[in-house]
Amino acid sequence: MSVTKPLPHDAAPLHVTGKARYIDDIPVPPGCLHLAFGLSEIAAGHIAEIDLSDVRRAPGVVGVWQAEDLPSDCDCSPSLHDEPLLSDGTLHYVGQPVFLVAATSHLAARKAVRKAHITYEAREPVFSVDAALAADTRFEDGPRIWEKGDSVQALEAAPNVIEGSLEMGGQEHFYLEGQAALALAQENGDLLVHSSTQHPTEIQHKVAHALHLPMHAVRVETRRMGGGFGGKESQGNALAIACAVVASATGRPAKMRYDRDDDMVITGKRHDFRIDYSAGFDDEGKLLAVDFLQYARCGWAQDLSIPVADRAMLHADNAYDIPALRVESHRLKTNMQSATAYRGFGGPQGMLGIERVLDHVAHALGRDPLDIRRANYYADYDDTRPGLDPGPPPEPPATLPDESGDTDLTSRGAPGPVGHAPAAPAGVQTTHYGQPVEDFILNALTDKLAESCGYAERRARVAQWNEETPLLKRGLALTPVKFGISFTLTHLNQAGALVHVYQDGSVAMNHGGTEMGQGLFQKVAQVAAARFGIPLDMVRITATDTAKVPNTSATAASSGSDLNGMAVQVACDTIRDRMAEHLATLYQADAAEVLFADGYVHVGEESLSFAEAAKLCYEGRVSLSSTGFYKTPKVEWDRIRGQGRPFYYFAYGAACTEVVLDTLTGEYRILRTDILHDAGSSLNPALDIGQIEGGYVQGAGWLTTEELVWDDKGRLRTHAPSTYKIPACSDRPEIFNVALWDGRNVEETVYRSKAVGEPPFMLGISAFLALSDAIGACGEAYPALDAPATPERVLMAIRKAQDGV
Amino acid sequence: MDISFLLNGERVELRGVSPTRTALDWLREERGLTGTKEGCNEGDCGACTVMVSDARGSRAVNACILFLPQLHGKALRTVEGISGPGGEMHPVQEAMVSHHGSQCGFCTPGFVVSMANAHLRGDTDYDDALSGNLCRCTGYAPIVRAAEAAAEAPVPGWMDEGALPEVAGTVSSRDMTAHVPDSADELAELAARHPNATLVAGATDVGLWVTKQLRDLPEVIFLNRCRDLQEIEVTDEAIRIGAGVTMDRVLDLMRVHFPSYAEMLRRYGSGQVRAAATIGGNIANGSPIGDNPPVLIALGARLHLRYRDTRREMAMEHFFLDYGKQDRYPGEFVETIEIPRQPDRLRVYKLSKRFDQDISAVCGAFNIQVEDGTVTGARIAFGGMAGIPKRAEAVEAALVGKPWNDEAVVAAWDGWEADFQPMSDMRASSEYRLLAARNMLTRYLLEDLGAATNVREVRP
Repeated sequence: MSVTKPLPHDAAPLHVTGKARYIDDIPVPPGCLHLAFGLSEIAAGHIAEIDLSDVRRAPGVVGVWQAEDLPSDCDCSPSLHDEPLLSDGTLHYVGQPVFLVAATSHLAARKAVRKAHITYEAREPVFSVDAALAADTRFEDGPRIWEKGDSVQALEAAPNVIEGSLEMGGQEHFYLEGQAALALAQENGDLLVHSSTQHPTEIQHKVAHALHLPMHAVRVETRRMGGGFGGKESQGNALAIACAVVASATGRPAKMRYDRDDDMVITGKRHDFRIDYSAGFDDEGKLLAVDFLQYARCGWAQDLSIPVADRAMLHADNAYDIPALRVESHRLKTNMQSATAYRGFGGPQGMLGIERVLDHVAHALGRDPLDIRRANYYADYDDTRPGLDPGPPPEPPATLPDESGDTDLTSRGAPGPVGHAPAAPAGVQTTHYGQPVEDFILNALTDKLAESCGYAERRARVAQWNEETPLLKRGLALTPVKFGISFTLTHLNQAGALVHVYQDGSVAMNHGGTEMGQGLFQKVAQVAAARFGIPLDMVRITATDTAKVPNTSATAASSGSDLNGMAVQVACDTIRDRMAEHLATLYQADAAEVLFADGYVHVGEESLSFAEAAKLCYEGRVSLSSTGFYKTPKVEWDRIRGQGRPFYYFAYGAACTEVVLDTLTGEYRILRTDILHDAGSSLNPALDIGQIEGGYVQGAGWLTTEELVWDDKGRLRTHAPSTYKIPACSDRPEIFNVALWDGRNVEETVYRSKAVGEPPFMLGISAFLALSDAIGACGEAYPALDAPATPERVLMAIRKAQDGV
Repeated sequence: MDISFLLNGERVELRGVSPTRTALDWLREERGLTGTKEGCNEGDCGACTVMVSDARGSRAVNACILFLPQLHGKALRTVEGISGPGGEMHPVQEAMVSHHGSQCGFCTPGFVVSMANAHLRGDTDYDDALSGNLCRCTGYAPIVRAAEAAAEAPVPGWMDEGALPEVAGTVSSRDMTAHVPDSADELAELAARHPNATLVAGATDVGLWVTKQLRDLPEVIFLNRCRDLQEIEVTDEAIRIGAGVTMDRVLDLMRVHFPSYAEMLRRYGSGQVRAAATIGGNIANGSPIGDNPPVLIALGARLHLRYRDTRREMAMEHFFLDYGKQDRYPGEFVETIEIPRQPDRLRVYKLSKRFDQDISAVCGAFNIQVEDGTVTGARIAFGGMAGIPKRAEAVEAALVGKPWNDEAVVAAWDGWEADFQPMSDMRASSEYRLLAARNMLTRYLLEDLGAATNVREVRP
């Protein structure tokens, strides 16, 4: 059967030969226009005067647009309707698009935008957490607070209390293919938009809204992205809208791709956070209470900051059963790029907060951090225990979403109904937001990893090395991941698919998910092939297309194969059942016993090739096309109260990282990493391991070399790969062992697999805490390392550990 | 400008080429060869990697900062030409598929070209061969596995470039604003007649003036066909390196003479950058964070400059007058760098956020002579600590005559602040730069005493 096989990515032969097409590679009709934005040079204020005459006169320029020339405000926001395509005169960050140029070449457009003469009336910008708190610039009315138990009282009663603060930087996506879109005007004012996006439906909605068109007049197609990582969930809107506006106004094809520096300056990144904490614990290191203050810098517009900050709160417990846990979250508005979705979507930030607490507690008690982690784990899943009563059916939502038509309901930034969420039954271990933890496996998984990586012996060896080696110190850390799977905006947990079987037995398959390298198309094709019992080469995967499957959710929240795999399965089964019924009638057999396997359909005594079966069904006037639809069961969530079951299930994993650092310069290397990760019953182990290896390195990069630096004017100084350093080849661990946990999802997911896109990212936390461990070997004081742990921060933390200040 | 080269084995004759047209734009926009990708447009990500071959052999370079005239007389091979004429896959392509080396696929063509180049040359140090190719999806592990799996496969016949296009003499554009001279003598004449012309050797920096600053270069002289500027001469007295010697060759040379310099150069740019960049360019450019000047200053190197047939020489440190200002007259060019032979007491410490392919926050070069336990001479120079590459004169003075132990480090303590008041920027703070520079002296001392000091030498 095609599922569970380690097959290569479906497009790999195209990738390696240079034949895989990305937006900028699509041949365009003659006369294509190329677009570029002119950008704000100040972080806050107004445009005093703007003179674009030299821009208009520049070679190759065909048109120039300012806000007043647009057909509408052309809002680009996925949430609050607060991002006009072009500035209305007010300026909110350095890099905000102010005007739009269309020219006959990409280079001509880029050159032309630099000829603008703009004078500004600047006002005092807000950059830091403290400044935003002082000015009370924030999204939502005040902090969001979720709570389990009474943390104030528990902290007072605790025998030991630590307090601390941790700063963690944001992260540039650095998808290798920058943002890009291409719009082609069609007859009747319709538009075809090719977009490098994780969310074609949102592109469709935003383009339709900008041009006052119904959604059926806009078709969006996405074959593949050259990387997404969350950066193409909402950040492609501006380019697609700009192209649509120009194509619509001129009738000519319009293409826009950001130069890398523009891409980094204009688009949002991962939210940086400051997390302050107080933790109370007993002498054995068992946590009694934790109080978190999470401060997220969201940038100038809301974008997806609310659900990102929510997810940071939702992961403040990570793997730990904490009797009293309070999380207060501040979503601060600052004059910077509007921070956006990035792999993990706030989860990594929340998780790093609690992992830091565990590390700090272990240091305070002089214990091995792994022992302290283990002492606080939730209890493992017990399959002898009866399942929970699902409770009464959901009640209608208390408030309905905004119906003005401005809101894209398929965006994670959309306001959701206030859901009904019944409390978990008494006696069941729950998270701080009331979700029962029914599938926990980290006790067993950690045991297995600790054994396979030789944790105990290596802990002793590291201690001995540090004893004997004055300049170079080693560090070791084993950290767990428990990551919630589902969109927290419950209604997004749905997907559609369209499957055709042709008369020759070949199958075309389409669904709402997008391919950004994760291998979604291949996994879903494996599901389709398995349902029909046919070889994979009979299944053709086609580009994501809003004309084929409507109202899709973003390919995000790791949900791609869970949702779309199920939707395709449903569609295939519908066709298969129709075929079985017809063939059973023809051959006087029982439809329930018709078997689709090994490229054949077995009906009673007969065995037909799938192609013959398809031909017979066509002649029998059986519909060989079907849609499929899936919605995730069990999820109910009230985000205002912070109660319910936002997640269908959790994905788990653990990583052990060993590092060595130089106490003279703060330079370091990752020596070895061992990972054991839970992908459920994997649909494709090779693709899943690829996600884990890549996710780990990206997560380690976030916390080590990837530093975003803004100057005091709010200008991003790290706006190209020359200054922003993602991991290079030699930065991967020298020894890198990755294995899959042998288990199946206890929930009924597609072939009992688990989502694997985001969870492994947070395995990179082990690299950061291994550095902290090595720094701890330099002195008595707790190093309190901030992220990213550049060599400079490491050296400064070493001094802190040595001097005790 | 009229030029000629091989493209995937086929001869191409181009007429009226704009001298600053990049190979990448030309491939994608005019030839429809869209396999070569633009990732960063500044030579850092490697998505645009192509192979260039000439009599010296093949090398991987970044097409985004490669101007078309630099290809004159050479062979260019893109990812489309890594596959055989009938579409047969190259062994590295096969291995990338079977080892899951591609995810989103956008960086993949660049990796494939770098891997095919390494495969052709028999390079198996993949950390090094792939340091100029960034991948955001895979974490590199499966790519290295693929490279290892393909290493033993024979090189396919179609990778042989055969005879290169015969081109002779100096080429100039019709309006005489761009020239590709054939010798140093011709360069000397052209540079004198066009004193405002931009001299382009590898274009690893000038390329960015065009692709990022969007500057128009009114006059350009390309140096890469001046073979007589590309000579290396080693005598009993000195190592003489022509200004046009590319950094990959300097790296090979220094492995023999000054291994610590070589180890720094292994981290200098990437394979693609070292294959294009020249030592003369790195000096003449005058950047305060160029990595060669501090090392050459510490080695007591001398710089030879030429204007027409007039030559002069100076100590390397005297060339750098002030930030952005060098002691070079219009029409004058760097001809040779001369390093005196000496016992190897050199240690070079390059400090950056990422080990490979990162611009230095601080680059320190230490050359300290010790006799009978006493410091008898010291030449110490730094990049990244001032507006120019600069000697640590106060530190040197404090060291000489001191016993070679902790005492020397302590004696030099105040010298550091006298010598340097570094700036804070996105690479490092002033405080860190100064602290790390100080600690580098400690590292030099301890390394001399046999202590382990290099995290890159620690094995798991």
